[in-house]
Amino acid sequence: MTAKSRRDVLALGAGSAALALIGEIEPAAATPQEAAETIAKFTGGKTAEKGRISIDLPEIAENGNTVPLTISVESPMTADDHVTDIIVVAEGNPRAGLATFHLTPLSGRAEAATRIRLAATQNIVVVAKTSKGQFYTQQKPVKVTIGGCGG
Amino acid sequence: MAEKPRIKLPKEAKKGEVIEIKTLIAHVMETGLRKDQEGKIIPRKIINKFTAAFNGKPVFSVDIEPAVAANPYMQFTAKVEESGTFRFTWTDDDGTVTTAEQDIAVT
Repeated sequence: MTAKSRRDVLALGAGSAALALIGEIEPAAATPQEAAETIAKFTGGKTAEKGRISIDLPEIAENGNTVPLTISVESPMTADDHVTDIIVVAEGNPRAGLATFHLTPLSGRAEAATRIRLAATQNIVVVAKTSKGQFYTQQKPVKVTIGGCGG
Repeated sequence: MAEKPRIKLPKEAKKGEVIEIKTLIAHVMETGLRKDQEGKIIPRKIINKFTAAFNGKPVFSVDIEPAVAANPYMQFTAKVEESGTFRFTWTDDDGTVTTAEQDIAVT
């Protein structure tokens, strides 16, 4: 049989309508490449050493609209050796950039927490810069049940 | 902004202590990526910058992107060596700056 049944045609129609809808409301996701470019801009092309950073994120985020994120970096936070900037990048959001934290010795500890939006299951990458010009990086995967960007 | 920002920090601390500060401001954080029912893009409107200073000296600040959740929450620490005033600012895309202050007694 080459002719499609009425049911098949209907199902196909509904499917493509749903696809069209998704295409309309979901903006193009950032790629790991875009994330890497954002990081390269931050580090000025220097390679960041893995470690010294801990990222606290839920393993599974049921609601991507508000996901708690805590970052801490091992640092003495003294006048001559402290973390100056921490960048947070998402590999699977419409835009790679999430937030950039700026710290000073008055911060006392290199720690920050906020709540973020995640569009889909993805990796979160954190890069920290110290007053001595060193860069450290760490990343963490997070599963997202319901995306929190766009419609 | 109708609602005052919420700030949580201790009223007093010991000299040299690292204290924890929590702030939250009511804000829609419209990403600029969503469309309304007619398919038109809802314009971006977010808090794009948060700053915290103590006695005029910068402590902590954040460049904020649309991926920060509505009612942006910021938690961080500060090392206090003297009594004084924390001053916080939130800058909206439309240029509005909301400020808040809170004192701490350091002994």
